[in-house]
Amino acid sequence: MLDLTPKEISERTALKINPCKTCQPVGALYAALGVHACMPHSHGSQGCASYHRTFLSRHFKEPAIASTSSFTEGASVFGGGSNIRTGVRNVFEIYNPDIIAVHTTCLSETIGDDMNAYIQDMEIPDGKLVVHTNTPSYVGSHINGYYNMMSGFINYLSKKSGQGNGKAAVFPGFVNPGDMREIRRMAKLMNTPITLFPDTAGVMDAPMTGHYVMYPKGGTTIEEIVGLGDCKKTIALGALTSEAPAITLERKCGVPYEVIPLPIGIESTDLFLMALQKAFSRDIPYELEEERGQLVDVILDAHFYLYGKRVAIFGDPDTVIGLTNLVLEMGMIPSYVLTGTPGDGFAKAVNKLLGAYDVTGSRVKNAGDLFELHQWIMNEPVDLLIGTSYGKQIAKAEDIPFVRAGFPILDRYAHSYFPIVGYKGALRLVEKITEALMDRQDRDAADEDVELVM
Amino acid sequence: MDDVKSKVLDKYSAKVYKNRKQHIIEVGEEPETQEIAANSRSIPGIMTNRGCCYAGCKGVVVGPLKDTVVITHGPIGCGFYSWGTRRNKAKSDDGSFIQYCFSTDLQETDIVFGGEKKLRQAIKEAMEIFRPKCLMICSTCPVGLIGDDIHAVAAETEETYGITCIAFSCEGYKGVSQSAGHHIANNGVMRRVIGSAEKAPKVRHSVNLLGEYNIGGDGWETERLLKDIGYEVVAVMTGDGSYEALSKADRAELNLVQCHRSINYIAEMMETKYGMDWVKINFIGIDATAASLRDIAKYFDDPELIKRTEEVIEAELAEIAPARDYYREKLTGKTAALYVGGSRAHHYQYLLEDFGVRTVLAGHEFAHRDDYEGRRVIPTIKADADSKNVESITVEKDEERYSEYLTAERAEELKNVIQLAAYRGIIPDMKPGDIVVDDLNHYETEALLSTLKPDIFLSGIKDKYMLQKDGAVSRQLHSYDYSGPYAGFRGAINFARDLTMGVYTPAWKFVVPPWKNEPVLQAKLVRDKERERAAERAGEREREEAAGAKKSGGAAHA
Repeated sequence: MLDLTPKEISERTALKINPCKTCQPVGALYAALGVHACMPHSHGSQGCASYHRTFLSRHFKEPAIASTSSFTEGASVFGGGSNIRTGVRNVFEIYNPDIIAVHTTCLSETIGDDMNAYIQDMEIPDGKLVVHTNTPSYVGSHINGYYNMMSGFINYLSKKSGQGNGKAAVFPGFVNPGDMREIRRMAKLMNTPITLFPDTAGVMDAPMTGHYVMYPKGGTTIEEIVGLGDCKKTIALGALTSEAPAITLERKCGVPYEVIPLPIGIESTDLFLMALQKAFSRDIPYELEEERGQLVDVILDAHFYLYGKRVAIFGDPDTVIGLTNLVLEMGMIPSYVLTGTPGDGFAKAVNKLLGAYDVTGSRVKNAGDLFELHQWIMNEPVDLLIGTSYGKQIAKAEDIPFVRAGFPILDRYAHSYFPIVGYKGALRLVEKITEALMDRQDRDAADEDVELVM
Repeated sequence: MDDVKSKVLDKYSAKVYKNRKQHIIEVGEEPETQEIAANSRSIPGIMTNRGCCYAGCKGVVVGPLKDTVVITHGPIGCGFYSWGTRRNKAKSDDGSFIQYCFSTDLQETDIVFGGEKKLRQAIKEAMEIFRPKCLMICSTCPVGLIGDDIHAVAAETEETYGITCIAFSCEGYKGVSQSAGHHIANNGVMRRVIGSAEKAPKVRHSVNLLGEYNIGGDGWETERLLKDIGYEVVAVMTGDGSYEALSKADRAELNLVQCHRSINYIAEMMETKYGMDWVKINFIGIDATAASLRDIAKYFDDPELIKRTEEVIEAELAEIAPARDYYREKLTGKTAALYVGGSRAHHYQYLLEDFGVRTVLAGHEFAHRDDYEGRRVIPTIKADADSKNVESITVEKDEERYSEYLTAERAEELKNVIQLAAYRGIIPDMKPGDIVVDDLNHYETEALLSTLKPDIFLSGIKDKYMLQKDGAVSRQLHSYDYSGPYAGFRGAINFARDLTMGVYTPAWKFVVPPWKNEPVLQAKLVRDKERERAAERAGEREREEAAGAKKSGGAAHA
């Protein structure tokens, strides 16, 4: 496995090997799937939509719909105006969504298609909507695409009516339907009304009923997106994913925002609940305190399997920051922390966390790749690897326990139904992590050292 | 059955209707006269399942080469998506590059100022770390638009490092589907790789396996059979393939073509250049595999090979007989729909037939008319603007290496018996009333599923879950749902086992909750009874608790 990776690390400035990110449009597509009765539309070559749908279906094991402008060489020379007009007309006629969310691609961005003009000039059936965002694949990563699409919806739809709706807008970050449900559950327990945007619960975890429905029950409604402008406050979860659309909403509708980390782990979940508490003057209910107490209880119970263990974590920036915080809380050492998404905010945030726990000597990198992460591990091994399915090969090559978390997980089932956020999500991660480490201890133990009770 | 077609097309506006009606046919009494529109543009907004030119070139044809560094020149997505996702297995003692993804990860400044500099640097870094014998560059959409000269960079690379470096201008917008990418890849491989090794004598009784991508180990299973009979396999294109093996492909005596669509260009060009014949074979299906092995034996016309072929077929059939009977009984009478790339929707009909499953609908994503109607229609296919944009190369006879295996007489004779330089196409193999669809889209899939009601729908990941949610057994035929091999005799059993699991998994029984099946009145009765019973149980509990409290002296309630 990965036999051609040398231990010796050489400096690379141009060649990305085994990336830890993908391109903007797939993020935009995922965000659009979190809007009820929405058809995501990819303005580019057919391959983009095909790859993105495939990729999302492999992660969620669910249908991931999207239409495409099907660019040909001609369209690439003369512009994609006619393609988007035909595309939108056909989507409404054949698939009848309430809204089409167009995102661009490196192709349509490079030729400079003016989406504002195209959309302004096109005929849109009564009662239907078309919004767009620019997602050049050569800037940032799928994370940028996700928040750009959110901003696209806000820019087109959100309005300040002058009459507040008393709700908090919660931007959940690039997370699974299981996490979205957990965020809603916590808000409900806090008795705080929220609009979660986007919300892929009920869409990308739709139940089996024997009948396929193209637009399942879930998703933030258009009305709710319009109403974001009347929210009391935005709580943006994860600075690197959710602050940008929070700024968009503040600038457009004057909704103040507060950024807190993606609530993975104890402290970040505390911050989330306290943000709701502050905004709505609500008490944090016993149910949540109980969950918190259970989480701390389990970590204390199992601490001697965790303390001082070296961990490598990779994936999307806010998810990795959250996971880093959790493993620190568990007494582990995040030795390597890496994201493929560019942006200095990541390293700053991670280093701050490491500093708070007096951890030194860790390698932290944004815009990195998994080839380099593997080389770090080859030079100085870790006890545990946490990340997406793309860590599988490294874990196998180096024989390291591996816990899957983040996006994408292509090789396991049911993961997207469960949270990693909140105390419940953290408890799930604690279980996964301890199990991975203890299974390894069992596997490696000599017969005389096998412990029945651990 | 024409009803089916009109029912499906009914929803379309005039423009879409006019286009799509040419892509859907109902097989008639004389299938060999039927024409279908294919290899033309998909309509924007139609939700096609098709991919792009890059996917066909890098993703399908050159991606599996295990000893080659394939650098995707473009933003990160394309390289990322085509990394490790096609299941073309490869084994190598020296390590395999297909576990890796190489990309120039172009950034905005590269798009503005040009990406050649970054590509050169990326190649330098790849050479320093890996020192491959062969390096390929595949370009993505923006690269073609900003005008990077990847071919010049490739030439420079060859000069600087003394390796083979081949550039493919396979930008996603070229052509109308993956098919353009296959063609572009075929051109590059033919021009630069095949026959590039030094001349050597032909290997006796040897073949190349073309259009076999070793998904789930299909190629390995096919090779096992061929080797067992006594053939030497010189090169596989391109599953578990290598630059090294491909460079010697001219040493084989015969080309066997599995996936006609993706590789027929190379088969044809090798015939012109080296005099090598090609035969269309199909190793998907029990009877089909046996027939293909016999066809190959007929070609070589060697008594020992013919004898050995029969022995192998007999032994293989004996080995699978009990399982074959078991699964046949489980599956007979089911109907299936097939929607795959450009060949499998044809091949798998044979395999389904082996187990008594009839195909009622078949479609290709990116096939051409010759894949549907047979190669005889090639002269009548008019090239449109999109096809013209994809380069067609011609090769000339290589006087030094040219040799013909068959006499002209024998070749003529064989043409009546086997598919020598010929492919019959899918339509002639289907039965009256069956439906054939080109570039089947999301809506049509739903519509045909509800009209034809096949029990099993074999397709790809994009529609798999939609079909399953609608109650059909759906399996991916691009990736085999991570199973395989499906080729050959043993593979057929794997396939039947997987299909049987799909049909009989008990979860189907739980799709509808029991309370949804109860008639209202009965449901009310049940509810009333439930309530009565619940009241009884509550009463019992209370009594028990009261008794328990008494026993413990009432302390529990204190």
